[in-house]
Amino acid sequence: MSRIDACMAAAKAAGRKALIPYIVAGDPDHDTTVSLMHQLVRDGADIIELGMPFSDPSSDGAVIQLGGERALRNGAGLDTVFSVVRQFRAQDAQTPVVLMGYLNPVEIMGYEAFVGNAAEAGVDGLLLVDLPVSEAEGLLALTRPRNMDVIFLVAPTTTDRRIAAICEHSSGYLYYVSLKGVTGAAISDTGEIGRRVAGLRQQTELPIMVGFGIKDNASALAMAAVSDGVIVGSALVQKIGELSDTDSRSDDLLADKTALIASIRQALDSGSA
Amino acid sequence: MSDSEAVTAPEQDLFSGPDLAGHFGRYGGIFVGETLMAAVEELDQVYRKLSQDPKFWQEYDHDMKHYVGRPSPLYLAERLTAKYGGAKIILKREDLNHTGAHKINNTIGQALLAKFMGKPRIIAETGAGQHGVASATVAARLGLECHVYMGAEDVKRQAANVYRMKLLGANVIPVTSGSRTLKDALNEALRDWATNVDSTYYIIGTVAGPHPYPMLVRDFQAIIGREARAQSLEEYGKLPDALVACVGGGSNAIGLFHPFLRDAEVAMYGVEAGGDGVETGRHAAPLSAGKPGVLHGNRTYVMSDERGQIVETHSVSAGLDYPGVGPEHSWLKDIKRVNYVSVTDTEALNAFRELTRLEGIIPALESAHAIAYACKLAATMSPEQSIVVNLSGRGDKDIHTVADIDGITI
Repeated sequence: MSRIDACMAAAKAAGRKALIPYIVAGDPDHDTTVSLMHQLVRDGADIIELGMPFSDPSSDGAVIQLGGERALRNGAGLDTVFSVVRQFRAQDAQTPVVLMGYLNPVEIMGYEAFVGNAAEAGVDGLLLVDLPVSEAEGLLALTRPRNMDVIFLVAPTTTDRRIAAICEHSSGYLYYVSLKGVTGAAISDTGEIGRRVAGLRQQTELPIMVGFGIKDNASALAMAAVSDGVIVGSALVQKIGELSDTDSRSDDLLADKTALIASIRQALDSGSA
Repeated sequence: MSDSEAVTAPEQDLFSGPDLAGHFGRYGGIFVGETLMAAVEELDQVYRKLSQDPKFWQEYDHDMKHYVGRPSPLYLAERLTAKYGGAKIILKREDLNHTGAHKINNTIGQALLAKFMGKPRIIAETGAGQHGVASATVAARLGLECHVYMGAEDVKRQAANVYRMKLLGANVIPVTSGSRTLKDALNEALRDWATNVDSTYYIIGTVAGPHPYPMLVRDFQAIIGREARAQSLEEYGKLPDALVACVGGGSNAIGLFHPFLRDAEVAMYGVEAGGDGVETGRHAAPLSAGKPGVLHGNRTYVMSDERGQIVETHSVSAGLDYPGVGPEHSWLKDIKRVNYVSVTDTEALNAFRELTRLEGIIPALESAHAIAYACKLAATMSPEQSIVVNLSGRGDKDIHTVADIDGITI
């Protein structure tokens, strides 16, 4: 059982919805990212998705693009990502960390080095947005023996045939994309999402998380009602973008920037916004 | 089985790509976000079916003849040939097509696909604006809504083409993310497609993107090579000894090369944009100086830094200013069927001026790269030999760029 499996099982046993915040590694800088990760755990995050910055993030909306650009301007790369995770792990051996990003930096580093470095740093799962299941065999052959989870997306457009293949190769959790579009867009039809997630339940035992477009307590509650939990990215990265270069990185200030996560945690646990 | 069949069989395998999943050797494939997978697979199914239908190609051929003005001539550039004193330099005149470049061959074909699929809205990305104009043109003709993504830098550099697109009824959207050039326009078009996937057909302008685009754009551009092959046999009684074409994404080059791939005696040269010189790092030559990676939906040679971030490219020619290249070119490089070379901005500008003065033809700066290399190559060959150069576009769009370099305000 992986650390992600254990985490999701514990949430389920306790009757609580899982909460996964997403931030970009190196946004605005290496040390602040580590501090933000600890703060997110204090806010009630179950798992942390850590974005690997990329110059050409074609599945992301403007907010996460800008987060990536801030990180890249400060020289962030995969080395930064691994270093952030290593430092986080030194104080937190429990909270699973999932790396999310695009394939080219992995191709350039090499799959073996990438998976090896990730495992050594303490990464639990990988989500590569532009790597569909049909092209993922090489990666899966490296992650399986290390018990590292690979998470795939299911979109509103995903066909039944593809869902079967995705369920077969996924582990950890399934990431259901709430909308047709990019990260940070607006959710339009919650009823349809409920029907789709219910359909997925027929095909997999994996926990199903919903992400894209969750920006406040109300949208989080609506999505959590039909799933095992929610992923919150753009709304959080937007707040982190407000940190100026000259701000001190006090715990209070960082807690202010991640207040949305604490608020959603409370809403999910109490069942009301 | 005869001996000759036994010998040619393995060779045919090398050139009959892609496989069903879109691979040319290790290159190509489908690398897009899950939201787009269904659309890409649907397009593949539709194209596989239609491309077997003779009526589809009859309609395409009809448009090529009556709307585009094909076949485009082969023209022997006698004064240019005389100057270099070697092989005959013969131009494939894609610059004479409607809208002034080879791009229309592809947009006509993809517009037929959009029409068949019942998509009322098309989107496109453009660098220099040639593909944007060719897309806006077919959209106007079919009454389709058209949105063209163009880097904000390119919108400034190519004001005349922006206005042409607007005259044709297209909505030109300046892209301000990233480096504000062609690669960012592609990212933004992919985002639009994911958002409006039900109503929208994405006309990619080159042999890049996820499968099936590299295959279908090649098939629509291969009319260049089929014509050139037949014209060579008819007018000169033999195949050319060499082919030369510029390579940005690589659609005009693959269009010329593909029908000749099995003619082992025909040498091929793909000319990348050397910018200030490949050794300076300021260029747009992924096949000459890049590494295999994944960009915009396919695995191919890309220009990225040691962290895997895509780097900014440089070329005097906006249409070659792209950090990736079509995956079939990556394959043809690795198996050494095509030689990939580069020429600098300065060499291309010299060729631009020389063709204009010696032959009365103003070439696109993209095509001027091919001309520059062909002249160097011709000088090393004998007068009995011949080179067909793809003159992929006309240079009217570039006169402001050249005038700027000359310090002249038009």
